[in-house]
Amino acid sequence: MNMKEKIKPHILATPPSGIRKYFDLINEMKDAISLGIGEPDFETPWSIREEGIYSLEKGKTFYSSNAGFIELRYEIANYMKNRFNLEYNPQSEILVTVGGSEAIDITLRAFAGPGDEVVIPEPSFVAYKGCTLFTGATPVPVELKAEDRFKLKPRQLLDAITDKTKAIIIGYPNNPTGATMDYDDYKAIVEVLKDKDIMVISDEIYAELTYRGRHASIAQFPEMKEKTIVINGFSKAFAMTGWRLGFACGQPDVMEQLKKIHQYAIMCAPTTAQFAAVEALKNGEPEVRRMVEEYNRRRLVMVDGFRKAGLDCFEPVGAFYVFPDLRSTGLSSDEFCERLLMEEKVLMVPGNAFGDSGEGFARATYATSLDNIREALARIRRFVDKVKS
Amino acid sequence: MEKKILEILRSNSRIAAEEMAVMLGTTADVIRETIQNLENKGVILGYDTLIDWEKTECENVTAYIEVKVTPQRGQGFDKVAERVYQYPQVLACSLMSGGFDLFVVVEGRTMKEVALFVAEKLAPIDSVLSTATHFVLKKYKENGIIFNRVLKDDREAVVL
Ligand SMILES: Cc1ncc(COP(=O)(O)O)c(C=O)c1O
Repeated sequence: MNMKEKIKPHILATPPSGIRKYFDLINEMKDAISLGIGEPDFETPWSIREEGIYSLEKGKTFYSSNAGFIELRYEIANYMKNRFNLEYNPQSEILVTVGGSEAIDITLRAFAGPGDEVVIPEPSFVAYKGCTLFTGATPVPVELKAEDRFKLKPRQLLDAITDKTKAIIIGYPNNPTGATMDYDDYKAIVEVLKDKDIMVISDEIYAELTYRGRHASIAQFPEMKEKTIVINGFSKAFAMTGWRLGFACGQPDVMEQLKKIHQYAIMCAPTTAQFAAVEALKNGEPEVRRMVEEYNRRRLVMVDGFRKAGLDCFEPVGAFYVFPDLRSTGLSSDEFCERLLMEEKVLMVPGNAFGDSGEGFARATYATSLDNIREALARIRRFVDKVKS
Repeated sequence: MEKKILEILRSNSRIAAEEMAVMLGTTADVIRETIQNLENKGVILGYDTLIDWEKTECENVTAYIEVKVTPQRGQGFDKVAERVYQYPQVLACSLMSGGFDLFVVVEGRTMKEVALFVAEKLAPIDSVLSTATHFVLKKYKENGIIFNRVLKDDREAVVL
């Protein structure tokens, strides 16, 4: 008997990520350069790793409280206050999760279900849509535009909202576009949302990787604070992807419920990672600055490289992605990326993998060495010349 | 601008002016001019190469030498230091706080060669009171770079 048939239709109907097939291809190639992997190429700074090691040496191998070690929650509260001027009570408003990923999942599970709608500005991180579909709710995409620098505009948002809308996921600095929203950009969005009973899920996992101006959060608006779950984590800022640690912050009544899901599904986030994370928040700042400085240099080289290769490319000022416009080549995202991979052995991820509005674009990450970036850009330039001639 | 250029050059002195210009939002000419200026002012003194000699045919030994000296009236330690650092065998020479005065790095082909250099040239200098020679057995890290570590990108494909 084929048990697959027994799997729920809404699970079966959820497509696998479009990124996968390219990775399978590149694995077989020699001398290929991947601009596809969305995680830091830096190792976790040593002092952070060391705290993890110490905790193991000391035999600290037990569960933490469900919400996470209180010491870590205090550090998170300090961090949120100092870096983003957001105040959360470590006792009742902060939940330590298995990466930002878990926080996204449980928040959606708490707020969305069959018959509900979740507004998702696209192009976006692929898990937003996937996790929404798993709840049985309907994702409602908002098509962000290159000419708006992929910022969310109030008009678009208003058009997407219906009386079934239960939540909206806002992710800036953005994966895959590298776009950011500053405080003024959010003002108009707040006007739309402030009188509505819609939960805002603000995924700020790339907050530290902001290269111009200050990172802004929609939760900084007093009228939005109660209606926003801020999600952040250690993966990107502290180069800690494999440790699987993130957190969610929000009002106590909501966090109590999220904690319940977390408690039954996960128990608690990995504790070795929690010990390491305390060190990250206490003393990791200089290392974060060092990595951000390095990303910034690569970012500028990459944007310049795409433009010199003849591709329009708005300047992304956050995360570690560049999202060049491929339309001048006459190729679709898929055609471009597939040919680039086969002909020049460079992997970029087609923009449509992040939503229909990503069609005509592709994502390249500069979370890889400058040597790789230089070589990849030279190949891309050769490829674009060939395609255009 | 000078500071930013120095920060970049410090970890990679071979970077092209054109690329640095992109990183710093200026033109290659400005970069070249600024570097020239830094060289003229003696801020940038040279561009050296970090080599792991262990991996070559050339056998080399390095010694770190602690030197105690009597400072000379009116000239302090500078005069002695000058006598020491003129030798081409001396790669580095610094005045130290603490238990000794000059820290001298000497390189040679063999331990014997270095030991003889210390005995015949360094130790006899008038104001040198004593020397203590420590040979380097293994280098782990220099100029912020870890030896014998192959950085391989083996991040696995993950859906994101
Ligand atoms: C926008 C965005 N949010 C969340 C995550 C999840 O990160 P983690 O679960 O490692 O915290 C990622 C990872 O790529 C991401 O790009």
